[in-house]
Formats: sequence, structure tokens, C-alpha cells
Amino acid sequence: MSNLPTELKYARSHEWVRAEGGDLVSVGISDHAQELLGDLVFVELPEVGAGVDAGSECAVVESVKAASDVYSPVTGEVVEVNEALADAPETINDSPYEDGWMFKVRLSDPAELEGLLDAAAYSEVIESE
Amino acid sequence: MEKKTVLFAAHQAMGARIVPFGGWLMPLHYGSQIEEHHAVRRAAGMFDVSHMQVLDLLGEQARGFLRRLLANDVARLTEPGKALYSCMLNERGGVIDDLIVYFIGEGRYRMVVNAATAEKDLAWILAQAAGFEVVIEPRDELAMIAVQGPAARERVLPLLPGALRAGVAALAPFHAATDGEWFVARTGYTGEDGFEVLLPGVDATAFWEALAAAGVAPCGLGARDTLRLEAGMNLYGSDMDEQTLPLEAGLGWTIAWEPVERDFIGRPVLDARRGADGNRRFVGLVLRDRGILRDHQRLFSGDREIGGITSGGFSPTLERSIALARVDSGCPESCEVEIRGRRLEVQVVRPPFARNGRAVVKID
Repeated sequence: MSNLPTELKYARSHEWVRAEGGDLVSVGISDHAQELLGDLVFVELPEVGAGVDAGSECAVVESVKAASDVYSPVTGEVVEVNEALADAPETINDSPYEDGWMFKVRLSDPAELEGLLDAAAYSEVIESE
Repeated sequence: MEKKTVLFAAHQAMGARIVPFGGWLMPLHYGSQIEEHHAVRRAAGMFDVSHMQVLDLLGEQARGFLRRLLANDVARLTEPGKALYSCMLNERGGVIDDLIVYFIGEGRYRMVVNAATAEKDLAWILAQAAGFEVVIEPRDELAMIAVQGPAARERVLPLLPGALRAGVAALAPFHAATDGEWFVARTGYTGEDGFEVLLPGVDATAFWEALAAAGVAPCGLGARDTLRLEAGMNLYGSDMDEQTLPLEAGLGWTIAWEPVERDFIGRPVLDARRGADGNRRFVGLVLRDRGILRDHQRLFSGDREIGGITSGGFSPTLERSIALARVDSGCPESCEVEIRGRRLEVQVVRPPFARNGRAVVKID
């Protein structure tokens, strides 16, 4: 059973969002997603300053076997990316919700978070797969 | 409905992630594909390869039949137990499958072919066998376990039936020893020393568990793929197929041109294309930058598209991405790969990339 912190919000496409105070959030991929992908060996992050739309492709994670798009769960501007992942993409496998965060977004509309799934709802998404 | 090997329950008990592959449900990995890869390069790992198809060819004309069927020449097999890697070609010179054939004794050969192609291979072989005194016998009751890595030898030998131990210990590479239904070959698909063990299905789980207890790491198809890629070994269906001549898949060395009168299937096409200027080259690639090379990515020299990647991935030994690729005959020493709309420089090298535990390509 994969680990699902209850303080986070989730997207159906397996990203998580953490409220970092104000209109700032951090984004990563869920424990379930990293487990499905297997050992990660490459991460391509968005550029700082780039605008992202909810549901749009904005990063790529590649495991030993396959490449997967990461979709931004929110709309806004990328203000920081986790540079440490370039040298250590496996951090996402080891710590998907903490050290394996991918990028931070300044939200255009903080109310957008309410449209995301809570842990219980995301858990149902996983089980229905 | 996918088939299961006799080891399926053992894989589940060891926490395997199971995936469909070539009509079978097989382990992809047991936790970490990269750790499994390193286990094979550094110590010993084992793979359930029971999904591969074993065929025995029996009869007075088995040898003559195989000399017609295969691009390599079984006449090279004079000692019992000796193995030969070969392509099986269609009339157009395309590769129906690649396989290993063992000479067991007069009128007795054993072939091991790929799982995903087993059905079409068998149909092709039976069709070609018309007119030859040969019986083709699928050996579906046998399991097959590959044990690979520098420590494979010391961990396998004590677990073999007593009558086989001395014979297996004395095996040269690409030779096999047999006793009863057990058949042990010093072959593999990883670039490491080791054995491929054919054994009765009823003995397979106990042997697998004994290997695990002896410290041999269970490894899935994921590690099998990265190991063979590093070893520069072709994957059927990716690096070559029925539309590809062996000459353009780095497999020219497996064609036995002599004697010239041996009329193997596909020979007229290969004779015409042998040494031709226009033949594409099969090369290795190393990505200098971060990123992952994947099959079907396109390769460029300046504005000119010069070929494409046939199989690629991450090399745990080199800690960067590598690939096999088919390129125009005039390919330079470096070129560019297009990944998600961006061009990145790749170095062209001669495979293998890694063997016997270490990198063997020089990276600029």
C-alpha cells in the first residue's frame, strides 16, 4: 500500500501539491507514481519563470524503462525548481513527498487547490486503476 | 490469456512486479532494477528464462536441415555440447529470429529461440523441414534459469546434481554439459560469465530457492535488458526484425559464408549485399549530456537525418545513457539525437559498452 500524506492535495495524473503558505505551492509525484515507474534516472524540470497551466505537461521523469510526462496540477508561475534532482533523480524514489519535490509554483488563483483530490479521493483513483 | 512459468509463484513470493511479455507473465523487477543490474555485474543474479522456447531437432538429417535453415553453419559444431549463435532468415534475408543451437550428439541438436517469436518460429521451422528426415520436439516441460555474474560459478556448482558438477566446472565458454534432463550451458545474455541451466520443471522452484539462499539475486526483465544493452547484444524485434538484414544489425559475424556451396535460406540476398557501400552501419551511442536515449529517436548530422536508435536506455555501469543505432554508411564519429524537439550530441562507439563488471568504451 503506498504512502499518502493527508496534508497534501493530489491530481488524477499522480502529482501531489503542498501548500507552502501564501499563494506558493510545491509539486511532486506520488509514491504510487514513483513505484509504478521504477528506478528514476533522469528528470527534466520546467524553467524558473515559466508559466504553467493546470493539466499541462511541464516536466518529464524517466525511469530505466520509460519516459513519463508530469502535468502541472495548478496554474501559475514556476518560481523554483529542485536542482538537486539533476544529479540524483533517485531522490524521487527514496523520498517522493519531501526531498523529491520537483518545482514550486506561485498560484494565479489559490482557490484552484480546492478542485484537487484529497488523500482519500486519490486513494480511490489508485484502487480503480 | 498470458502463460505463467513454473516459477511464477516463487516470483510473487519474492515481491516481483509482474508484467506481460511475449505472451507470458514475467517479473520486471523485484524492487530495484538498477540494484539487480549491479548484482549481476558485481556478484551474481538469476533470471527465469523459462518463457524461451526449447526445441530439440532429432534425426539423421537434422544437421543437413540446420545447415539450410540457419545463416551460421552447424558444421562448425564438432564437439558434443558446443553452442552456436545464429540468425534464422527468411528468403529476403530478413531476420525471423536469433537463437542459440547446441550440438548434443549425432542427429541431436537443441535450439533455444525467443519467447515472443516462438509460435511463428515453430511454424516456419516445420514448413522448412518438409523433405528432411527430422523430428522437431518442443520441450515445454523444461524450465530455464540463467545465473550470471562473476560469482555465478561458485554459487551454482555446489547446487547442481552431483553427476554434472565436474563436467560443468570444466566447461569452456559457449559449451554445455548434460546429464539426464539437466542441461547446463556456459552462455548468457549479460556480458558476464555464468550459466544457463535447463532443468525439469518439477525441480525448478527448489533450484531457484537454493540459488537465492546461496546469495544469488533474483533479477527481472528490466535488468536483463540493461545488461544485454551494455553488453552490446541485440534484442530481437528492436534491433533487428524480418525487414532487417543481419548485415545491417551488426550480425555479419554470425553469417558463415564458407563453404560457398552451402545454400542457406536468405543466402542469395546476403551474397548480393555483402560488403555493399550502401549498407547501413550498426553502432553504439553514448549520450554526453543528461537525458535518456530511447528506441525510435532520430539521429542527425547537421541537417541531414542519418538514422535512428533501435534500442536505448540508461546504463547503470556507465551512469549515462547508451543506445544501439542503425545509421547511414557515412556516419561520423559523433552526431546529434533529437529528444523532445531538442538536439543533443552523441558519441558514436563500437559496442560492447560494458563487460565483465566494467565499462569498456572510452568516453570523450
